[in-house]
Amino acid sequence: MVGKWIKRLYTLIIFGFLYAPIAVLAVFSFNDSKSTAKWEGFTLDWYQSLFQNDYIMKSLYYTVLVAVVASAVATVIGTFAAFGIFYMKTWKQKAILNVNSLPILNPDIVTGISLMTLFVALNMELGLMTMIIAHVTFCIPYVVLSVLPKFKQMPSEMLEAALDLGATPFYAFRKVIYPEIKPGIITGALIAFTLSIDDFVISFFNTGNGVSNLSIAIYSMARRGIKPEINALSTLMFITVLILLLVLNKRTKIEEI
Amino acid sequence: MKKVLSLVLLVALMGTLFTGCKKDDQVVLNVYNWGDYIDEDIFDIFEEETGIKVNYETYATNEEMYTKIKKGGTQYDIAIPSDYMIEKMIKEDLVEPIDLTKIPNYANIDTRFKNLAFDPNNAYSVPYFWGTVGIIYNTNIITEPVDSWNVLWDEKYAGQFTMVDSQRDSIMVALKKLGYSMNTKSVAELEAARDVLIEQKPNVLAYVGDNVKDMLISEETAMAVVWSGEASTVIQEYDNFEYALPKEGSNIWFDNVVIPKGAKNIDAAHQFVDFLCRGDIGFKNADYVGYATCNTETMKLLDPALMGTTYAYPDDALLENFEIFSDPGDFITEYDRVWTELKAK
Repeated sequence: MVGKWIKRLYTLIIFGFLYAPIAVLAVFSFNDSKSTAKWEGFTLDWYQSLFQNDYIMKSLYYTVLVAVVASAVATVIGTFAAFGIFYMKTWKQKAILNVNSLPILNPDIVTGISLMTLFVALNMELGLMTMIIAHVTFCIPYVVLSVLPKFKQMPSEMLEAALDLGATPFYAFRKVIYPEIKPGIITGALIAFTLSIDDFVISFFNTGNGVSNLSIAIYSMARRGIKPEINALSTLMFITVLILLLVLNKRTKIEEI
Repeated sequence: MKKVLSLVLLVALMGTLFTGCKKDDQVVLNVYNWGDYIDEDIFDIFEEETGIKVNYETYATNEEMYTKIKKGGTQYDIAIPSDYMIEKMIKEDLVEPIDLTKIPNYANIDTRFKNLAFDPNNAYSVPYFWGTVGIIYNTNIITEPVDSWNVLWDEKYAGQFTMVDSQRDSIMVALKKLGYSMNTKSVAELEAARDVLIEQKPNVLAYVGDNVKDMLISEETAMAVVWSGEASTVIQEYDNFEYALPKEGSNIWFDNVVIPKGAKNIDAAHQFVDFLCRGDIGFKNADYVGYATCNTETMKLLDPALMGTTYAYPDDALLENFEIFSDPGDFITEYDRVWTELKAK
């Protein structure tokens, strides 16, 4: 009896820690003051001025565009890379996997500056294209790491069996392997997407000429204080993700039945 | 099949990325500025009047901007660095000369702010905003008037004030308290400053960055070393705050407009600088940003109540011992060392 309550309390505390900051942020998006410390009354002004703020809206557009393109490209490249790595000889596989985890362990600032140096050396103009390439680069290792375990769970003879039965390699990949590793691909794509939306350091060094994502826009406001417009935007993004999750959960439940 | 289709779509999408930016021959001006440091509505006015489109990007510190411009790969036509950074950029040949004959509205700039030490003939930069560093305090809690850095060493106020988490600004406070120049190149003076800061440290609530305004408003702290712009934001919303300019002197800073090396549209950049110097445009920016303008025409349009306030347009008499930061060159390593020693205590 007591144990049950302790369990509930524990869960409550954990969810408190996770969601209290978001709740505070959402509440202050309705605050009738520039301050995020003292409640001064209810207003929807910040939501209105959010949509009128070209710079924030443009940054949001670039954030989503880069995240979608970079995670899609990284997922495709990463999945095929995992495919290749799985069918390698053991020592080769080990070597490649080590190379693969290096960028993950590398501090972002090193990745950011080295990519920037590379782009400048290649005479590429920093902008949207370089930012997307940079994001693809740091997302690939995560995709490889989330897809690879799915290959390992798959019976290793399945590909051979399919080929024996007359499937072309590409057909075998699509019809036999793909369904097996699909959950890994989805996880990889989602990780890549969130990492891309989140990233500041690498984006900052690899963009230019008027292209900036939300993290850069928000960070550069620090000198004058983060405006409640950002609270409003974060609240909207949180609600969007929440609704998306609820809808997805409901759909999978219906499919299961 | 789906995968192939999505790949094709992707390639098509990437193609549009390349073409999307440069549709026609319209001149696009790349403006690189501090975050939230301009009224973005003026970009539309500028485009309407000149046909030049503004492409806007922001940074958070002088050092970030410097890195991006120094490393290359970008073409910014306009940037807005602070005093010591302008000096450094001129030394390193990172800015284009500005032809003042192409900027008739330069006449609007207050002569007090022309020909300053970091750019003696305004050959490279045109003043934008200026301000000071001082002490903001909550008059409900601190009832005695503040006029000196010494209050920050007063045992009475232990644990009730914050310092600013910025190397040169905090060392400046100690140097000025001791009566030295804040641009000192004497190791002995720097170490004396370090020692008084170490002595003060147990009484400091915290060394804080940009959250200082919220700490003041929520009364977590009663007193803080801040930039005048932050003080102005707080004071205009809450009556119970005052901003003091210490009599020992402090930092007076300038953010000037420059044309970085590598700019593609130097003529358009001159047009934009001239546009920023116009009285009405300066007013829009000053009204939005809340910092003090360098433009005399703009000052005529501003609320007269602002004149003479310590946080916006203080009397010259109060600024007597104030100094502008200069670029310490290689001596910066000594500042770094003293700062690290202070932080490690």
